[in-house]
Amino acid sequence: MQLTFLLSVVDRPGVLNRVASLVRRRGYNIESLTVGHGETPGISRMTLVIDADVDAASRIEANLYKLVHVQKVAHVTRTATVCRDLALVKVSASPDSRSQIMQLVDVFRARVVDVAPESLVIETTGAEDKIDGFIEMLRPFGVIEIARTGRVAMARGLAPASARRRDAAADVLDESIACSV
Amino acid sequence: MTSLTGAAILWECLVREGVTDVFGYPGGAILPAYDAMLRYPIRHVLVRHEQGATHMADGYARASGRVGVAIATSGPGATNMVTGLATAMMDSSPIVCITGQVGSRLIGSDAFQETDITGITLPITKHNYLVTKAADVASAVREAFLIAKSGRPGPVLIDITKDAQQGSCAFDWDAAVPSPDVVRVPRSPDTTVLADALALLRSARRPLVLVGHGVLLADAAAELRAFVDTTGVPVAVTLLGIGALPASHPLNLGMMGMHGEAWVNTAIQEADLLIAVGMRFDDRVTGNLKTYAREARKIHVDIDPAELGKNVAVDVAIAGDVGDVLRRWRPALSRLDLTAWLDRIRALKGDSAVRDIQNLPDDGHLYAAHVIHDLWRATHGQALVVTDVGQHQMWEAQYYRHEEPRSLITSGGLGTMGFALPAAIGAKLARPDAEVWAIVGDGGFQMTMAELATAVQDDVQVKVAIVNNGYLGMVRQWQQFFYERRYAATPLTGPDFVKLAGAFGIEATAVRRRSDVEPAVRAARTHAGPVVIDFQVEQEDSVYPMVPAGADLHQMIRRPSPIAETGRDS
Repeated sequence: MQLTFLLSVVDRPGVLNRVASLVRRRGYNIESLTVGHGETPGISRMTLVIDADVDAASRIEANLYKLVHVQKVAHVTRTATVCRDLALVKVSASPDSRSQIMQLVDVFRARVVDVAPESLVIETTGAEDKIDGFIEMLRPFGVIEIARTGRVAMARGLAPASARRRDAAADVLDESIACSV
Repeated sequence: MTSLTGAAILWECLVREGVTDVFGYPGGAILPAYDAMLRYPIRHVLVRHEQGATHMADGYARASGRVGVAIATSGPGATNMVTGLATAMMDSSPIVCITGQVGSRLIGSDAFQETDITGITLPITKHNYLVTKAADVASAVREAFLIAKSGRPGPVLIDITKDAQQGSCAFDWDAAVPSPDVVRVPRSPDTTVLADALALLRSARRPLVLVGHGVLLADAAAELRAFVDTTGVPVAVTLLGIGALPASHPLNLGMMGMHGEAWVNTAIQEADLLIAVGMRFDDRVTGNLKTYAREARKIHVDIDPAELGKNVAVDVAIAGDVGDVLRRWRPALSRLDLTAWLDRIRALKGDSAVRDIQNLPDDGHLYAAHVIHDLWRATHGQALVVTDVGQHQMWEAQYYRHEEPRSLITSGGLGTMGFALPAAIGAKLARPDAEVWAIVGDGGFQMTMAELATAVQDDVQVKVAIVNNGYLGMVRQWQQFFYERRYAATPLTGPDFVKLAGAFGIEATAVRRRSDVEPAVRAARTHAGPVVIDFQVEQEDSVYPMVPAGADLHQMIRRPSPIAETGRDS
């Protein structure tokens, strides 16, 4: 299954490489990995999605925590989380099809961010399955190019992910709550 | 505030970290550091290959518990350290390796002797640094030492550009204090978890303690001894756990795993509780995981939470320092009635002992097991032994009975041939009063034998016992067992080791008969200087018992009966 981890990492050269190398070395596949600034200057925020058995989660967490530049790890696969993916989709648009595409854009609450004589660039954010569905709807018109960010995630409620301490030995999994949209 | 060059700051910090010895090899990109070294109270041991420097630092660290330091130049100097770093990583040995790097402006330009050593060593170091400014040297060195020795120890590499060594800045030791955040140690385990483990122990009928390297790294041999003496639970050790409990202790069953004694492995398979302390259920000790210790509940204590549940599912996982856990358990411990269990183990052992090669009459053949046994006797079991990798390593583990912690140093996880001689040199420098023996095969010895020159130049009095069978013996054994004796590339022609040692100016002798083993060892012990003994042993001897890789732990290839043994090789 897809496991989601939120990481606070020190913003140093090579930190992305260290995280990616660790996951590769331990034999897991990275489903997606996003990096950007977080709430604290000098600390970057990563959302790491790994395709692995749920039993491996606490071990992956403990391994990530061994990296000196990783300050905090939160495994949020089974906690209430907001997950978002951003996609830019370039789709061919003839004068005939343009209005139909615009209708779809409205329905999916997406935005047109570039208009050219024979194409549109559409921006959409949402849970991955919503974006998947949107792209399927656009395919008949001719999808030329897709760029997606991969998942960024945040736990619901007050506590920031950076406040969660790693506790691999007693990783409590809440079976009832899945990553929600 | 005094202004110093980055090179001087490096040595200021090393000296303040307590470093007195470094192992290294100079070159272009590390020249400023070498030049600055002359002004500091440092003993520099010039190696013959940078791999030797890393193994020496490793042997130094394992013998003493202090951080070992190796230094080399950029490019090939740095890449030659890779094997030693990987060796130290697998066996959790605290070493710091310092490499020169081309000037920071040249990085990325494929400059002469440039290599991305921080990239290369990413998976085989606990952490590494690329330092491009003199002002960053002090904090990198201080952090590196803290990381190397804290938590689960391991190697750290510091790559310092030439301009960072040459540039000057204010040196402020205090300002370079490392953040405590770099130390990754689990918080002390909850009392309830510790109590859960003891509840399992109290209800166990057939408990067994599995002891690994972590007990030695935590300096927790005394705590282990107290646990064992109080509860009466028998102990099996991993290869790297040897010495954590004296071999002569009545509850020390001996080594487990692929070449562990049959009664030890059978006891593991029959146990109803395993208490694993500072070991990681390596595939060489478990065999087939599906059939491993199926009747046993498992308690696993390790300082590295990532090891818990990695290979073997455990009932009680305790992330913590093994010494701390054993100390906290102690007040609640009591004697268990294990008479039936110990009788059972004794019965298992009785069956195996008659096959022991030690009990064979001297039939004119020189067996490696005899060599190790006689070496043990002649050194009164008091030597600090450093082994290489292969058959002799297993024979050493079986027949040299270690009484003290840190009295066996060997490459376990990575299985690095060529380790013994340089690691023995490092160990001897760390503990000058110890009698240090390198036990090596003729294969591994030929990988790093150039370090004999290092021993001569720095007057390091290591004694080298070559167990010479003219084969890459362990590989040959696998070919014999699993490849129908097709000996592909395992017959090995060596030099005349006596003449070779002579060329280095080293005292040497060849031994072909068992009666000559002890006299040769005794002579070596009294000789002031390095000695090489070429023990020319039975060529196609094999290590028994053996659990074939991936087989069930109780499915051992047993020692052949004495009648068959005297007839042929196996």
